[in-house]
Amino acid sequence: MEDWRAGGFGLYIHWPFCQSKCPYCDFNSHVAASIDQGRWRDAYLREIARLGAETRGRVLETVFFGGGTPSLMEPEVVGAVLEAVRATWPMVNDPEITLEANPGSVEAGRFRAFREAGVNRVSMGVQALNDDGLRRLGRLHSVAEARQAFDIARNCFDRVSFDLIYARQDQTLADWRVELREALSMAVDHLSMYQLTIEDGTAFGDRFARGGLRGLPDEDVQADMYDATQEICAAHGMPGYEISNHARPGAESRHNLIYWRMGDYIGIGPGAHGRLTLDGQRWATVAPRAPGAWLARVEAGSDGEDPREAISREEQATEYLLMSLRLTEGMDIARHERLAGRPLNAARLRHLAEEGLVTVADGRLKASPTGRVVLNAVLRELLM
Amino acid sequence: MRAMTQLDQIRNFSIVAHIDHGKSTLADRLIQMTGTVAARDMKAQMLDSMDIERERGITIKANTVRIEYPAKDGRTYILNLIDTPGHVDFAYEVSRSMRAVEGSLLVVDASQGVEAQTLANVYQAIDAGHEIVPVLNKIDLPAADPDRVKENIEDVIGLDASDAIPISAKTGLGIPDVLEAIVTRLPAPKGDRDAPLKAMLVDSWYDAYLGVVVMIRVMDGVIRKGDRVKMMQTGAVYGIDKLAVLKPQMVDIAELGPGEIGVLTASIKQVRDTRVGDTITHERKGCDTPLPGFKPAQPVVFCGLFPVDANDFEALRDAIEKLALNDASFSYEMETSAALGFGFRCGFLGLLHLEVIRDRLEREYDLDLITTAPSVVFKLHMKDGEVRDLHNPADMPDLTYIDHIEEPRIKATIMVPDDYLGDILKLCQDRRGIQLNLTYAGSRAMVEYDLPLAEVVFDFYDRLKSVTKGYASFDYQISEYREDHLVKMSILVNEEPVDALSMMVHRDRAEMRGRAMVEKLKELIPRHMFKIPIQAAIGGRVIARETLSAMRKDVTAKCYGGDATRKRKLLDKQKAGKKRMRQFGKVEIPQEAFISALKMDE
Ligand SMILES: Nc1nc2c(ncn2[C@@H]2O[C@H](COP(=O)(O)OP(=O)(O)OP(=O)(O)O)[C@@H](O)[C@H]2O)c(=O)[nH]1
Ligand SMILES: C[S@@+](CC[C@H](N)C(=O)[O-])C[C@H]1O[C@@H](n2cnc3c(N)ncnc32)[C@H](O)[C@@H]1O
Ligand code: SF4
Ligand SMILES: [Mg+2]
Repeated sequence: MEDWRAGGFGLYIHWPFCQSKCPYCDFNSHVAASIDQGRWRDAYLREIARLGAETRGRVLETVFFGGGTPSLMEPEVVGAVLEAVRATWPMVNDPEITLEANPGSVEAGRFRAFREAGVNRVSMGVQALNDDGLRRLGRLHSVAEARQAFDIARNCFDRVSFDLIYARQDQTLADWRVELREALSMAVDHLSMYQLTIEDGTAFGDRFARGGLRGLPDEDVQADMYDATQEICAAHGMPGYEISNHARPGAESRHNLIYWRMGDYIGIGPGAHGRLTLDGQRWATVAPRAPGAWLARVEAGSDGEDPREAISREEQATEYLLMSLRLTEGMDIARHERLAGRPLNAARLRHLAEEGLVTVADGRLKASPTGRVVLNAVLRELLM
Repeated sequence: MRAMTQLDQIRNFSIVAHIDHGKSTLADRLIQMTGTVAARDMKAQMLDSMDIERERGITIKANTVRIEYPAKDGRTYILNLIDTPGHVDFAYEVSRSMRAVEGSLLVVDASQGVEAQTLANVYQAIDAGHEIVPVLNKIDLPAADPDRVKENIEDVIGLDASDAIPISAKTGLGIPDVLEAIVTRLPAPKGDRDAPLKAMLVDSWYDAYLGVVVMIRVMDGVIRKGDRVKMMQTGAVYGIDKLAVLKPQMVDIAELGPGEIGVLTASIKQVRDTRVGDTITHERKGCDTPLPGFKPAQPVVFCGLFPVDANDFEALRDAIEKLALNDASFSYEMETSAALGFGFRCGFLGLLHLEVIRDRLEREYDLDLITTAPSVVFKLHMKDGEVRDLHNPADMPDLTYIDHIEEPRIKATIMVPDDYLGDILKLCQDRRGIQLNLTYAGSRAMVEYDLPLAEVVFDFYDRLKSVTKGYASFDYQISEYREDHLVKMSILVNEEPVDALSMMVHRDRAEMRGRAMVEKLKELIPRHMFKIPIQAAIGGRVIARETLSAMRKDVTAKCYGGDATRKRKLLDKQKAGKKRMRQFGKVEIPQEAFISALKMDE
């Protein structure tokens, strides 16, 4: 059996535009004056045709419209893309088709149109449940607007998730506990909660480098916030199944699980990454980041991709380890050994186990709750 | 190129000044105005050719250029200029260069006035018998005050500054006056063309294509390509393959006569054969008496240099030998350490010198190094009467065998504006100094102190500079070895002794040093997944202790499809960076910690 089958097969579509650029965001997202959605639709369709020909016959399990702000896509465009997808690949009976949405001024009509186009899950960027927090994150919407948008979404879709960013400026552990309980009272079946990361090359990154952006919680408070999140969510029936993701059992994001279980996925759109196994060789694909450049290339009839990079089995082993240990279910030791061609360093594993950071049982290696908070250090220990 | 030049048509001079007063920029203008280098090839501070010089914006190595200047008297002169470094750690470069020339341009920043190294350099120039032409630079700056600075030169140095030349090395203002003054005010070299060859070995360096390159100044006689010459100190004999002058790139020349400066190559295999200050003469019919040679440099700071990868030891030996060729103020001998393996104990003129050498070894020879704590050589008087040299605190034998320990003391001379005298006295007192003398010259005080060298290598220069805002000059000589209550302080990280961090200290200062050291290490060692005690101890007794708490959080919040590659490559990069880490038991200490730990501000 080819290795990717242990993870599954999905499709990612990147929509690179937003209404405004958030100061913390390093995603490939841009603000554009006018967007000719018809041209974008045609470009996506060409790419689907090209990649479809390369992966003929593979059964697609998930589609994910990410961004950027894909909820700004015309439902007609989403519809055309999904129609082409269904015509290109056979699909499982219950495909998961997610679209990322911003809680701006969405009208109910739009969500209904997305549903009719075939979307069956929405992930909404609520980000904070207090107005001051939203303002400081540079978000355009208020809490009231976000709640309203979320209500519309949950009326349209069975599966809805939302994102929060915590460990924000001047946020205390007590503040976060309050916000978290509120979030759990809103949550349907899935919730992503990210600690604020200061990324290089963003407005926050610049401010931080200049000594600004004061009042960020220190490492100890961040750790306490993380532990509290795990505990409270688990008590509410939404245990963490990944570092920053919580779900009612069975409601995990199947698309994202493909990444963490190291399946194959096609990436279409500016800056999109993919992993494809073709004739036994696994390839990393990546598209040009600049929206204009990507569009021009595809319209000119060439492929919307940079040269592919072959990933060796050893590199795959590393990726599998670092992705799968993010999951509560952990890593399949035998699968890792097959890829790496050798077992993990036994002495180091034993040492990590003695420190209570990992467990080894039933053929799986898992990061323990304490190990997960320092996962980067655990990975360094295992890989270097 | 014309072979021989009349002595009276040659001028040799060095450009000296306090750091950053504009020596290298003046050299640029002299090179440019005489058309030595084509305009399109010029760049700022063009003689500062090492990467590390360009990055730090300072000169580290003295550099020589030969330029031709058609003077107002209608004759064309050969000028050999040596641009020197200003930082005190490279003072040996200056003194060495001065022996090769007859005059100095003393550059003083007209917005700053006389500073510590201005003074130190003037004394060296006078000592070398130089004619000195003062030049007031940076008069384009609004803050420039040439009249006040002239007075300042006369008051502080006692040098007539009425003819000081106002210039801007930046804009080129006044440069023609400088060129004219070089010809009219500096003396021509002396020498006898017909006497046996006598040439001074001024500098040498290793060139990847040419091998060992030797710079010489001819005193008497004539040296020609193909000649067989002898190094008088080492006795080594070589045939000359190539003779050239620097403009600043090498231009071949048939011969060099008295007063001239140039370079030669001679398939020199043993880099040890070329010692700066040595006298070069012909193998046959050589001269009888060698030149006096240079006063050897006295390394002040010693530390161990070890390859991160033990397999690089031979490469390190080779690199150190080549580098020492280019820097006579740096010494080395082999050393072994329990934690660090084979390496070298090296001597430097100061901490900046140490950093520069380490940097050059790493970059020019592509080595990864670990640096241990700077220290001095102690004398151990054993109970059985034997006297042992202790170069490395890690080698300290059991105390029960030792009768007493002696340390090197120095006689330090410090000159300082009297406003800062109080701070200087306090600094010297804190460093176990004994005052020997105190005199005044105008508003400057001169104080002499008897100080332990070990206290000086620590961070004395840095402290001196900061308490006097750079307005102090410091000079010293080793005076004697003297007994004191000295102990070895060990540093334990997670209960494991780190021999590279152990040091000899005075018993009365041990607690303070120990405390400062463990606090600093707590900042420098990254958190681990477990908590780490950091202790300072004398014998078995802990005198200071800190605990580095365990890492609480280190995890990436978002990691989706596109992040797999990024994350994998980041780990690969960290893996490469890990070579710069040293494992002590379960703890990894970054190599920066070793040197930073010793740069303390108390
Ligand atoms: N405004 C002004 N700046 C100058 C002048 N001459 C030099 N500088 C600046 O002063 C700084 C130091 O100049 P350098 O020529 O590197 O000084 P240096 O004396 O060679 O310094 P070290 O070799 O490190 O001792 C540089 O930033 C120069 O651009 C001048 O005439 N006017
Ligand atoms: C692809 S992004 C954007 C989704 C959507 N455009 C939005 O902003 O609502 C997915 C999520 O990553 C999270 N995120 C983005 N940048 C982050 C940062 N610097 N630190 C923590 N979380 C971040 C946000 O919660 C965001 O909703
Ligand atoms: S966080 Fe979302 S809305 Fe904000 S710039 Fe990034 S992708 Fe766009
Ligand atoms: Mg210079």
